[in-house]
Amino acid sequence: MPYNIAVCVKPVPDPKHYDRVTIDPVKKTITRAGIPTLINPPDKSAIEAALQLRERCGGSVVVISMAPPDGAEILREVLAMGADEAFLLSDRALGGADTLATSYTLLHGLKKIEAAKGFRFDIVLCGNETADGATAQVSSQLGEWLEYPHLWNVSALESKGTDGEGKETFLLRTKMENGYMEWTAQTPFVLGIARDMTKPRFTSVMGIMKAKNKPLTVWNRADLDTAEDTYLGLPGSPTQPGVIFSPDLKRSGELLTGTPEEIVGRITAILRASGVVTGG
Amino acid sequence: MSKKIWVHAEVADGKLLNVTFELLSKAHELAEALGKDTVVETTLLGSELEEEARRLAEWGAETVYLVDDPDLQMYSPVTYVPVLAGLATSHGPDIWLFGATAVGSTLGPAVAARLKTGMAAHCVDLRINEGGKLSAYVPSFGGKVIGEILCPDRTPQMASVKPAIFVKKDPVPVKGRIEKQDLSAWKGKLGTGTLKPVNVVRRPPQGMPLNEAEVVVCGGFGVGSRENWQLLEELARYLNGATACTRPPVDEGWSGEYCMVGTSGQSIRPKVYIGFGISGATHHICGMNEAGVVISVNRDEEAPIFQVSDFRVAADVNSILPLLIEAVRPKT
Repeated sequence: MPYNIAVCVKPVPDPKHYDRVTIDPVKKTITRAGIPTLINPPDKSAIEAALQLRERCGGSVVVISMAPPDGAEILREVLAMGADEAFLLSDRALGGADTLATSYTLLHGLKKIEAAKGFRFDIVLCGNETADGATAQVSSQLGEWLEYPHLWNVSALESKGTDGEGKETFLLRTKMENGYMEWTAQTPFVLGIARDMTKPRFTSVMGIMKAKNKPLTVWNRADLDTAEDTYLGLPGSPTQPGVIFSPDLKRSGELLTGTPEEIVGRITAILRASGVVTGG
Repeated sequence: MSKKIWVHAEVADGKLLNVTFELLSKAHELAEALGKDTVVETTLLGSELEEEARRLAEWGAETVYLVDDPDLQMYSPVTYVPVLAGLATSHGPDIWLFGATAVGSTLGPAVAARLKTGMAAHCVDLRINEGGKLSAYVPSFGGKVIGEILCPDRTPQMASVKPAIFVKKDPVPVKGRIEKQDLSAWKGKLGTGTLKPVNVVRRPPQGMPLNEAEVVVCGGFGVGSRENWQLLEELARYLNGATACTRPPVDEGWSGEYCMVGTSGQSIRPKVYIGFGISGATHHICGMNEAGVVISVNRDEEAPIFQVSDFRVAADVNSILPLLIEAVRPKT
């Protein structure tokens, strides 16, 4: 059966360049100038999972993001990967949101899409965490706001066939310490997708051409007419930021020199001095 | 009015996790800072857990809120979230700590959303500020920046902490009591839907658990090949330690995500960390900077890992690793 699938994505500064993140000593804000923005890596795995579901079962893949206006470029990339339509929720009033406010905003974005389309989303996917904040909380909190069952760190999603009423049952796996947990579920549900669940496809030239004509809608605060200010942006966030600092983790760093044999001799001496038994 | 600090206790295979005791130790520190009449209590959900509940009560939980039912044997958001949210609504904790485990990382924020309160994720430090509020320190941008997170106006002030971030200290003598509640009390309030946990599959433990090992041999992209990776594992075995990795060896298929160290993996605090071919991305350093002694081998003298190392070896992994194995190989 066809599914209405939503994928939540976030543009993040490229994690390869986080050593260039600094704190402005005067304004006490984070400076990330010059670091390119890309799709949060686990979100790509979620997009791929959604596209595979659509290819197998039919339906549509809608992407949604809460981001500054330049987030549109990232959404255009997701459309080029194969998503059908994109929505950007962008407004200063939404800025500074913590995970509760972010998931609340996404809820009302999804509600607005549902109202416009006249359907309910069956499957909502997120990457399991973002590279920048890495709280990994949004998918679980979005599940609560939507009142859908939710799983996090999902590493497999397979069909187990359909029941008598034609409803499909899925077999899911979530990662656990030293193993995994297996689940069965029928839609609707919200999933936080693990980065290695799928291998995201590359964007083709044809995909990029097609993406130019796909709908990309930008909504501001006023468009989210069902949302209350109580849970929006920084003022609506239960958590508030305090001080920020860069931790000083520097160590003395004695350079061990000499022949490889001499260096190994030093290492074993350091090991023994630290109470590690060697050469038993 | 007396204040309450809660720790959500977690079990795997019917046994309490180390992180629960690490959090209890921290909770007692926070309680002391909050004032003498502050109590430390725990929540515990599962099946046949009375013995573990008694352990908590003896260890330092003044009240153990236990909901024990066969239906809670495996975690499910459909049952655990409403039960925990209900306990909090009835008892009003001021602070609530969760282990940032596979379950805690999704259960905690879900409960926070139910209670419309704030949760700080993956904290590296927790303190009580001058206003008597929880001040949580959270890494972002792969640990390059640490930010303070407050939850000034709503309760409980929630926080999650990865295993091995805090240290398990001695038990705190209290006369703890167990307050057992029946799952039937939540009849009609549990979630609906078709989601069902089927089973938990755990790999048999391979060698020393990473966050308990006193020696960790960690490899990065510079290890170069699957064959060399086996040398790392051999070295770890001889040192009675564990092998760990950064992201690239996982992507290369040399190692598994289960032993990845850093912001999206585990945090470790071994006595000795020996890194081979690791560049030292901030994401990784965030997970290993509590190590006692850090020895790094990398042929790139400019590698950032050297900035956070006690001993630097500017050499190719292949010139050091085989010799080191020979030097520590048990003599027969």
